[in-house]
Amino acid sequence: MSSFFSYLINGISLGSIYAIIALGYTMVYGIAKMLNFAHGDVIMVGSYMTFLMASSLGLPPAVAVLVAVVVCTVLGITIEKIAYKPLRKAPSLAVLITAIGVSYFLQNAALLIFGANTKMFKSVISLPAIQLADGSINISGETQVTIVACVIIMIALTTFIKKTKAGQAMLAVSEDKGAAELMGVNVNGTISLTFAIGSALAAVAGVLLCSAYPTLTPYTGSMPGIKAFVAAVFGGIGSIPGAFLGGILLGVIENMSKAYISSQLSDAIVFSVLIIVLLVKPTGILGKKIKEKV
Amino acid sequence: MKKKMNLNKSTKSTLITIGMVVVTYIVMMILTQAGALSSLMKGLLVPLCIYAIIAVALNLTVGILGELSLGHAGFMCVGAFSSAFFSICFKETMAAGPRFFLAIVIGALISALFGLLIGIPVLRLQGDYLAIVTLAFGEIIKNIINVLYVGRDANGFHFSTKDFMSLNMEADGKILINGAQGITGTPHDSNFTVGAILLVVTLLIVLNLINSRSGRAIMAIRDNRIAAESVGINITKYKLLAFSISAGLAGLAGVLYAHNLSILQAQPKNFGYNMSIMILVYVVLGGIGNIRGSVIASVILVLLPELMRELNDYRMLIYSIVLIGIMLFNWAPKAKLFREKYSLKRLLKKDN
Amino acid sequence: MKKFISVLLAAAMTATMLVGCSAKEAEAPATDSAASTEAAEVEGAAFKIGGCGPTTGGAAVYGLAVQRGAQIAVDEINAAGGINGYQIAYNFADDEHDAEKAVNAYNTLKDWGMQLFMGTVTSGPCVAVVENTNADNMYQITPSGSAVDCIKYPNAFRVCFSDPGQGGKSAQYIGENGIASKVAVIYDSSDVYSTGIYQSFAADAANFGVEIVAAEAFTADNKTDFTIQLQKAKDAGAELVFLPIYYSEAALILSQANSMGFAPMFFGCDGLDGILSVEDFDTTLAEGVMLLTPFAADADDEATKNFVAAYDAAYGETPIQFAADAYDAIYIIKAALEKAGATPEMSASEINDVMKAAMLEITVDGLTGAGMTWTEDGEVNKEPKAVKIVDGAYTAM
Repeated sequence: MSSFFSYLINGISLGSIYAIIALGYTMVYGIAKMLNFAHGDVIMVGSYMTFLMASSLGLPPAVAVLVAVVVCTVLGITIEKIAYKPLRKAPSLAVLITAIGVSYFLQNAALLIFGANTKMFKSVISLPAIQLADGSINISGETQVTIVACVIIMIALTTFIKKTKAGQAMLAVSEDKGAAELMGVNVNGTISLTFAIGSALAAVAGVLLCSAYPTLTPYTGSMPGIKAFVAAVFGGIGSIPGAFLGGILLGVIENMSKAYISSQLSDAIVFSVLIIVLLVKPTGILGKKIKEKV
Repeated sequence: MKKKMNLNKSTKSTLITIGMVVVTYIVMMILTQAGALSSLMKGLLVPLCIYAIIAVALNLTVGILGELSLGHAGFMCVGAFSSAFFSICFKETMAAGPRFFLAIVIGALISALFGLLIGIPVLRLQGDYLAIVTLAFGEIIKNIINVLYVGRDANGFHFSTKDFMSLNMEADGKILINGAQGITGTPHDSNFTVGAILLVVTLLIVLNLINSRSGRAIMAIRDNRIAAESVGINITKYKLLAFSISAGLAGLAGVLYAHNLSILQAQPKNFGYNMSIMILVYVVLGGIGNIRGSVIASVILVLLPELMRELNDYRMLIYSIVLIGIMLFNWAPKAKLFREKYSLKRLLKKDN
Repeated sequence: MKKFISVLLAAAMTATMLVGCSAKEAEAPATDSAASTEAAEVEGAAFKIGGCGPTTGGAAVYGLAVQRGAQIAVDEINAAGGINGYQIAYNFADDEHDAEKAVNAYNTLKDWGMQLFMGTVTSGPCVAVVENTNADNMYQITPSGSAVDCIKYPNAFRVCFSDPGQGGKSAQYIGENGIASKVAVIYDSSDVYSTGIYQSFAADAANFGVEIVAAEAFTADNKTDFTIQLQKAKDAGAELVFLPIYYSEAALILSQANSMGFAPMFFGCDGLDGILSVEDFDTTLAEGVMLLTPFAADADDEATKNFVAAYDAAYGETPIQFAADAYDAIYIIKAALEKAGATPEMSASEINDVMKAAMLEITVDGLTGAGMTWTEDGEVNKEPKAVKIVDGAYTAM
């Protein structure tokens, strides 16, 4: 029984990371109607930045994380301006392929700059582990921080969108770009803001990811990125509670299938669950039904 | 007389594309006979055919059917493994010629079947959802093949998804598919002649499909699904037709791939989503919907990095920049204006 | 028209960028292989040895180690007067750890005029390339390709142990020395090397009184979180965890085991060698890890010391076992060429014919084993050394 709880807590922790990444996917999709394939690689950039600041320059962890967040935010806005903005009116396939191009660019630039060797990421979290049930359940500091961070981010983001003017503008743009513009909403600014928030979240996710699983390569972000994307689709892309729910569920399903079915087939199981969900609910668990106009 | 010469425009285009492949084939064969071709080029001839075939196959889905598939490497994987499995089973008992012919048929048919099976549920989805589900299928296929163990002894076949030991074979048993270690000892049956023939066959199938009644129906679905439906086109039927033909052709490329190397493993590098995306790059660079372009783009992009091996580090960086550049050039409003201003057509017209 | 232009543009852009890069490349200091090639070509007739392995991508660590280890041997031999009085020309090609790319790399080397082939570094590509070397009747020695099929033809030999050899020897060592009776295995099911060792370990374990209480796998796509596998090993009461994997994943396993408070003994194969040089790795975590490897970088024999010093001087890092294997491979080629009395005027095929006989007669003392001899199936005879990590250094057991 105790190992079941260990698996569950680890699954929730992994799912929290997926959820934070998935929030970035979902916000961008909701507002720009595009899949930002490069999102996973922004995570990798965030991790490398933290690694550089903390390990090489010896800055305190909090400063390192802050630098990573700032760098990723700027990177996110820059990518949007250069690669995506000119393609606002282009077909979605064109934008998707551009996003794939950006993803490859970031991976290979990192490969050239940082080299192929695996770097050991020193955890930025120094909380002690909690022992439950006479030490048979061990919750590491990273796990605690990850779960708490995910909940805080989720609440903060929901409040931001509901209570602030900028948040309302985001909702308006995602609902109807043209109408929002007529109502005096700065559409370009709002889209940039969305990318900025998504990328900042990616940096946080990167730090948490690499603290929990401390290896760092240029490809670190791609698999979690794909999984988080699956989580976003799973929960209903475009929906913020959906991303949260999808992320946690995905993490738990992945860990449970590793533990009780097969550690080799866990990816196949995760992807099969996604397919089944999409076949039953083609827009995900909490997704909105899209009306088709003729 | 004039009427006879005036060939149908699409027939002419088909002939040019096929002719291009045939001429290249003849030139390469002459060069090989004369010994003027480097070992590297000789070794690359078959891979060139493989990537050209798979690019054309994907273009059928992306360009003609208008649905994004990120799982074509998975179909290639199915074709490769099914045909290689057949070939090692009959390695000793059949002559190379008929065995390879059957392997090609089996590989293409099984992956077409997979395309059909996957297509039935999946093609109900649209756009990005379809893309992610095809990606998921590609990954599932790769993942399952990596845990599949098949052996054969006097009692027949043994299967397992755990490991080699749990096959419980007799002492004389021979392992055929060894999980992640894949299939080793596939006969080296692929050669440039077969590759070129298969490429021509692929082109004929796809170009004929496009110019047929079915092809026009498929493109009508792509351009406006609702309008197509309202004039009585059976959406599901034509979507499935295009998708499973595309999957079968991808399997064909897989057969060539499997019989070109003595080891076949399903790794992220050759059959993962990265490969699917790489093929998509060929299609996009060649022009979405432009079959001839896919062949040319795949040849250019397979050749370039090999010819400049010392630049290997920069290869993918260059790919990514080219990819972004092409998309911006084709779709950005400023680039569009620029093209209209300096388009060749307009410049030529001025001269007249 | 538009599409045609984009194809044209793509070609043009790619071409310009490649040209741009090649210009840059030329200005930069010449790379290892280029330097030696040019040096050797100036002096006329030379044995052309080609090497092949991943120098980019996820497995680049091993390919680079082989490239550099062999380079040191080549430089030493050339400085000491060469082989039979002839210099060595050495060239190394990248295969990205991919079978198809490895065949291309091999063909590139053949175009360069290679007479002897030292490669490939990883097993999968090696199995593919050996078909080509066999068809071309080219001599091949792989420093580290450990799968059985890597050397299935009479022209192919290897320096390292085969996978079944390593797995069986590990089981034997654990059982005969009474290290542990309950063993858990964590292996990479998507890797040839790892599954190969696991399979032979599992097949032999019972013969030596070793019980496998848990066998947990992971895959290349899923190699960051090992808590589940470790939890299962813990629940099964394993006294020892056998890790037939490479060191970068092992480093993660060690740190995750530590943070979940699981402290069994760890035992690995030659892939674990290198764990102490992972950047920013807390080496106290590896304290007490045992591994079966033919090479330890801090052994105090003269040859190892010199090699480690030369490698460190040239590349600023401590060589891993792959580098030592490659270094030995070049000296093995030298010994066999001298035995056969070959000259660079001979074709690759003629050299192979005499080398096949000479390989069975030579005995080589190398970094990875003393008195190495070869059998007709291409396998090497040498004894593995078990080392234990004590105070952040390998210590012979």
